[in-house]
Amino acid sequence: MRILVTVKHTPDLQSQRSFTDGRVTRTAEDGTMNELDENAVEAALQLVEAAGEGEVYALTVGGPDAVAAVRKALQLGVHHALHVSDEAIAGSDVFGTAKVIAAAVRKVHDEAPLDLVVTGMAALDGLTSMLPTALAAELDWSQLTLASALSVDGGEVTIERHLPDSHETVSAPLPAVVSVTDEANKPRFPNFKLIMAARKAPVTVWTLSDLALDPAQVGAGAARTTVIDASPRPPRADRIKVTDTGDAGTQLANFLIEKGLA
Amino acid sequence: MTIAAVLIDHRHGAVTRPALEALTLARSLGTPVAVWLGEAPSADAAAQLGEYGATEVRVVDAADARVASRAAAAVGAASGDADVVVMISTFVTKEIATRLALATGAGVVVDAAGAELVDGKVETFQTVFAATWDVRTRINADKAIVGVRPNTTHATPADSPAAATVVVVDAELPEARERIVSVEPVEQGDSVPLAEAPVVVSGGRGTSGDYSLVSDFAELLGGAVGASRDATDEGWISHEHMVGQTGTTVTPALYVACGISGAVHHRGGMQASGTIVCINMDPEAPIFEISDFGVVGNLFDVIPQAIERIKEHRGA
Ligand SMILES: Cc1cc2nc3c(=O)[nH]c(=O)nc-3n(C[C@H](O)[C@H](O)[C@H](O)COP(=O)(O)OP(=O)(O)OC[C@H]3O[C@@H](n4cnc5c(N)ncnc54)[C@H](O)[C@@H]3O)c2cc1C
Ligand SMILES: Nc1ncnc2c1ncn2[C@@H]1O[C@H](COP(=O)(O)O)[C@@H](O)[C@H]1O
Repeated sequence: MRILVTVKHTPDLQSQRSFTDGRVTRTAEDGTMNELDENAVEAALQLVEAAGEGEVYALTVGGPDAVAAVRKALQLGVHHALHVSDEAIAGSDVFGTAKVIAAAVRKVHDEAPLDLVVTGMAALDGLTSMLPTALAAELDWSQLTLASALSVDGGEVTIERHLPDSHETVSAPLPAVVSVTDEANKPRFPNFKLIMAARKAPVTVWTLSDLALDPAQVGAGAARTTVIDASPRPPRADRIKVTDTGDAGTQLANFLIEKGLA
Repeated sequence: MTIAAVLIDHRHGAVTRPALEALTLARSLGTPVAVWLGEAPSADAAAQLGEYGATEVRVVDAADARVASRAAAAVGAASGDADVVVMISTFVTKEIATRLALATGAGVVVDAAGAELVDGKVETFQTVFAATWDVRTRINADKAIVGVRPNTTHATPADSPAAATVVVVDAELPEARERIVSVEPVEQGDSVPLAEAPVVVSGGRGTSGDYSLVSDFAELLGGAVGASRDATDEGWISHEHMVGQTGTTVTPALYVACGISGAVHHRGGMQASGTIVCINMDPEAPIFEISDFGVVGNLFDVIPQAIERIKEHRGA
């Protein structure tokens, strides 16, 4: 079983997240591997462990700091780390990013076939959840998204998917792109041995020319959307906080009535 | 002339309120045409779409449009002439939007709170980072796809109703690799789905698993019941009720958080709500930072009193 996991470098949720020139501010200090990608790494490791053989690759696309995302994946136990980094990629939209990831996946797949690409359900900076679909389409592989459970058997992958109005079971032949939700598993914690090993583990760095990609196809220039303005929202004004001394329920009700909400 | 196609969300043949919101928004972007996947709409449903401005209702009766590639091809067949395609942003439509964009070269914004035409280009507004930032995005491509969140546009009928002529579209759909093995509908009862509800009353760990007060309060306010992840993980209430970045994102006019601390993961799914009210015993809980009205108190005392006061007011 050969699996590639995509992991994104995103600002820590607990940090002061912001925009600079229409792009998410990313710094080495408060950046980390997207929390939801821990579930993707876990799903891949579990499949390989269950199969008793195989390898897991972690791949990130991003500037020099993004290497932190694949280092984190190494700490969790993936076998190989890949980092695609090229100035021309900066400012890519989801379609540009998907092109780059697809080219890197193909390069690995050409060396020895992959069975699966596993992604997180969303990157917690943009929360768009569009990349897995775009990647499956670029690769022309099966697309199975939002898996809360998955299994691989006889050349097929089967997932369970919880939508607001229905629960689905969906199957598709390998190779496939599967996105997993945070219901799929409980990510493991890195152990000391892996943390030490991850520090020294090699990370393969590819540029666009290693992937034979034309810079004009990616980056800000090719992006179909541009953030033209970003501003912090002011905190809610006139906040009221009362401590219950026996009539706070009435006060709350009166507040709703006054606002025409009750 | 700009044509704005709207993918109509419908349930058991009835047009949903978010679909009317999307049509209302589409009217400000161009001439709206409705795209309807599934069996043709009833005369009433078509007339309602006309009331909200749809000049045509294009029906694609596609089998297995549950698979994203097929749904996208169906929408594409019915919106070939459209400059803008509007849909309600959900996990399912985000996939349709992505596939449609790849097929047509369109630019996409999902989870938008609104959109307008500026110098012939579509610009959208969104709130991001748990609603702590406002962002404006320009769609550079000639074709634009906009996924809008429910409750962000007020649905209003058009000044003069449109014809809403029903047109059947033949679509050539691609073979799908994916096979739907089974579909099990989730019992909704009569309640409004969480994402569409104008009011959401949510309970967290502070309920200790007792949702009766939260449900009563929600029913009184005409809203839906939400929950934190801790509550769904405990099995106190089903996963469909979870509000948050990995659950449902809600933007109701009123959000009431009962016994919920307001972790960033939870805030990410509700912070853009209109008015936020909370009841929490811990005065330091982060939920107070984003609440217009916060009660430091026990929800088991506060909710019954609030219910009583509202009933008394309504009775008066
Ligand atoms: C990857 C990831 C994704 C996540 N996604 C989500 C998500 O989408 N949605 C989500 O909600 N969470 C999510 N979480 C979990 C989130 O981090 C919090 O753990 C969770 O929201 C806490 O739930 P809670 O507020 O009910 O519980 P707690 O944080 O335990 O808060 C309970 C609150 O109730 C108060 N309380 C107790 N008793 C009473 C009483 N009788 N009356 C009034 N107040 C009382 C307490 O003071 C406390 O503030 C996610 C976590 C991770 C790691
Ligand atoms: N730049 C990136 N590098 C690696 N993986 C990514 C990148 N962007 C998105 N992903 C993957 O795609 C998933 C969904 O992201 P998104 O569609 O951006 O919400 C994430 O959980 C990651 O697994």
